[in-house]
Amino acid sequence: MTGPVLRVRDLVVRFGGVPAVRGVGFSVEAGEVLGIVGESGAGKSVTALAAMGLLPRHAEVRGSVLLHGRELVGARDRELAAVRGRAMAMVFQDPLSALTPVHRVGRQIAEAVRVHQKVSRERAARRAVELLDLVGIPDPRRGARAFPHELSGGMRQRVMIAMAVANDPDVVICDEPTTALDVTVQAQVLEVLKKAQGETGAAIVLITHDLGVVAGFADRVMVMYAGRAVESGPVREVYHRPRMPYTAGLLGSVPRLDAGKESPLVPIEGGPPAPDALPAGCPFGPRCPVAAPVCAAAEPPLAPVAPGHHAACARAGEPGLAVARPPRPADPARPLPPPRERRAVVLAVRGLVRHHPAAGPPRRRGGVVRAVDGVGFDIREGETLGLVGESGCGKTTTLMEILELARPQGGRIEVFGQDTALLTRKTRPAVRRSLQVVFQDPLASLDPRMTVHDIVAEPLAAHRVRDAGPRVRDLLALVGLDPAHAARHPGELSGGQRQRVAIARALALSPRLLVLDEPVSALDVSIRAGIVNLLADLGARLGLSYLFVAHDLAVVRHIADRVAVMYLGRIAEIGRVEEVYRAPLHPYTRALLSAVPIPDPDRERERRRVLLEGDVPSPVDPPSGCRFRTRCPKFRVLPDALRQVCVHEPPEVRPVRPDHGVACHHAEEPPGGHR
Amino acid sequence: MITPADRRAARTGYPRAPSRSRTVARRFLRSGQGRLGAALLCLVVLPALAGPLVCRWSPADLDFGAFLRPPSAAHWFGTTQTGGDVFALTMSGTRRSLAVGLLVAVLATAVAAVTGACAGYFLGWTDRVLMRVADLLLVLPAFLVLAVMSPLFGPGRWPLFVVMLTLFLWMVTGKVVRGMTRSLREREYIRAARYMGVPAGTIIFRHVLPNLASLLIVDATLNVSAAILTETSLSYFGFGVQPPEVSLGGLIADGARTALYAPWTFWFAAGTLVGTILSVNLAGDALRDAFDPGGRR
Repeated sequence: MTGPVLRVRDLVVRFGGVPAVRGVGFSVEAGEVLGIVGESGAGKSVTALAAMGLLPRHAEVRGSVLLHGRELVGARDRELAAVRGRAMAMVFQDPLSALTPVHRVGRQIAEAVRVHQKVSRERAARRAVELLDLVGIPDPRRGARAFPHELSGGMRQRVMIAMAVANDPDVVICDEPTTALDVTVQAQVLEVLKKAQGETGAAIVLITHDLGVVAGFADRVMVMYAGRAVESGPVREVYHRPRMPYTAGLLGSVPRLDAGKESPLVPIEGGPPAPDALPAGCPFGPRCPVAAPVCAAAEPPLAPVAPGHHAACARAGEPGLAVARPPRPADPARPLPPPRERRAVVLAVRGLVRHHPAAGPPRRRGGVVRAVDGVGFDIREGETLGLVGESGCGKTTTLMEILELARPQGGRIEVFGQDTALLTRKTRPAVRRSLQVVFQDPLASLDPRMTVHDIVAEPLAAHRVRDAGPRVRDLLALVGLDPAHAARHPGELSGGQRQRVAIARALALSPRLLVLDEPVSALDVSIRAGIVNLLADLGARLGLSYLFVAHDLAVVRHIADRVAVMYLGRIAEIGRVEEVYRAPLHPYTRALLSAVPIPDPDRERERRRVLLEGDVPSPVDPPSGCRFRTRCPKFRVLPDALRQVCVHEPPEVRPVRPDHGVACHHAEEPPGGHR
Repeated sequence: MITPADRRAARTGYPRAPSRSRTVARRFLRSGQGRLGAALLCLVVLPALAGPLVCRWSPADLDFGAFLRPPSAAHWFGTTQTGGDVFALTMSGTRRSLAVGLLVAVLATAVAAVTGACAGYFLGWTDRVLMRVADLLLVLPAFLVLAVMSPLFGPGRWPLFVVMLTLFLWMVTGKVVRGMTRSLREREYIRAARYMGVPAGTIIFRHVLPNLASLLIVDATLNVSAAILTETSLSYFGFGVQPPEVSLGGLIADGARTALYAPWTFWFAAGTLVGTILSVNLAGDALRDAFDPGGRR
């Protein structure tokens, strides 16, 4: 086919006079994948919705969207409806809200087929089953009869993809298709998307904030900032030779799985501008590390800098200006902490158990969710333990059990050497003082009605510290906030600032152990780096220990000393971060690590993925013996004699190397026991 | 005025937080509805308070030279069949009705807030006991019980009447507060406070109740109207505030008999009642908007 399938030119979208998209243009050819990246509010999704003609009526759309040379902007609804779903399809972020809950998924796909093709009901139903098979739904006949809520998130996203490719579209627009999914499921879904594309030869527009996903999947990439494209070009070219400082900054601020503490993250200062208050000149100017007077004069146009590579930067012509990771000035030498064995244990968890009754009407289900089923680890002074795992593996439950400071259902928790089961009304407050918490979403964890000062002063008041003012000011300075912020309400701060407030509050009582529950996952990429650096810096300066719960393995790589990988309420592997990431022993850790995309097109494409099959089993009825065996790639290739032990005996964490334990009966065998 | 906070601000060179009540007051007075409500309320309350100072008649006085006279210079609102001054009576009745209404509303909302929040926060036994009490009170026919008890509300005993009205007015709000507290208690900032070691009582009063403020305020206003209306209807039937004390309900009942040929005996009292309830509702609505932190400044 000649010429682009979809060509967007000078697209402008305004909501009530406020511009959301300000002149975006791109084109995709058949079989090509275009990645659109940017932070929230950059206008990515609005661009996609405008191209599909799905924006609400009050949105003002200008410019041109040509599909096979046919103008879609200003087209009537009937014309658009003929195109939507047939020539152009969309996959949304949240498949639960995109599927009708009251119809079986097979019927929904068949309906999508019958809207655009004159086929009989039976043919459409058969086609639905074929499509479900294509996207890898096990037993597609049965799957077609399921309701959306009966499927897991990954399965639902597969159904969405099946629906999108049902009519052999020419363009599929995917809006954050894997953001709501766990990494191992994300890898599966991307694989399905690739397969579906190979089958239909469609062009794909992939909208995401994850630079790693784009690196592995897209042919070309377009970076958006403040409603405009600021850089576009072939993926390798843009990733290896970014010309726009924003792109370079994004690449520098993303934690990477293949780089640890030795290469610190470089945050982008400040936050994205509000769409109704854009700065004069280049919108990135105020945050740009290499801004020059010329930048404030006028907004630079998207101009070619190399064949096929465009950048909107006044200084793009000066090579070597935008550097992803500028070398950091040498750290002032800190005295080395004493070796681990000689440091005091601040938190010890042994055989922790937490079961709770399954949701649903009591007595009817009667099941027990084995959320945490024998978890053990310890944290020593000045150390960071990363607790990682996919959603539902019990990491947050573990953390809540520790924070309750009460007698656990089973096992022991010792905080600073004190058994929590033996704490009394009198002794508990002292332990509370030294054990503080930072939650995931700072907007939810800060009382919206209190000022920043009151929020940070609250723990001080609770522990009867008088005259909190100076202390609050010191704390705000410590986390990099202005004293003037004290008078604001959380709603008036940016996401990064709010999380800093939450950290300041946690530090108010000078704790020794800080529990962090996904502290950066609710934040934008460019802001995340700043918080990760702040936490690392505070930990070193104040001698804090962290229990860092996260699902993002790359972040953990950057901040943790040790890592514990959880699967279905148990620990699969635990050890020093470098060891575990370099040479994972548990098949699950291996799969997890291989599923995390790396924002480097060359590396990302030459990696071999260990794809896991299926979903995490329900914690109500976990598999006997080793809980991972139902999805374990190693189990699949083991001879029957060796499998017996996996089926019957739950593996305990056993040390295989110094400070590296693994809960697998066959950890020593060569990786995967490959064919 | 220099407050300790100002002094601390001067010493630490650190801007003082804008006080929440001042922000709310500013926003309240900026809205048209709020100003209208406040003005109307003043229009009703100020004469009621100033009544005895500016009027030479007292509610108990009878002018035997003027029976059922229309409004004049001597009797601003006219006179009743027995020669009572309608202005003095209306102002006195408004005073009593307002006092009953405001007291009942504030008390009922306070009781609802505290019981609801405690039940919702502590759950378990506290919850079960408090909610059974609420259920019990809900099934009792309030109007009937109050009517039966009316002989007890004799002269000077109206505070007892206030207590009884309160007792029958808090349950629905209490249940709503309990429900909202249950969901609030799982919110992260409440959990954060708990893990910081903030005692339960402090959490309820500092985090739970302020976050229910808009609900409580709207409810308090509705309760003012409800209480005034209950009081007037009881008094209308002669079960509420007992003579010689006057209330709007009693006045309206008396005036209704002569309303056709001497409208001033009825309309001034009825108009005051409508004005009071309207202004209280307007002000309550504006106050809710002012409290909402997400609302525009």
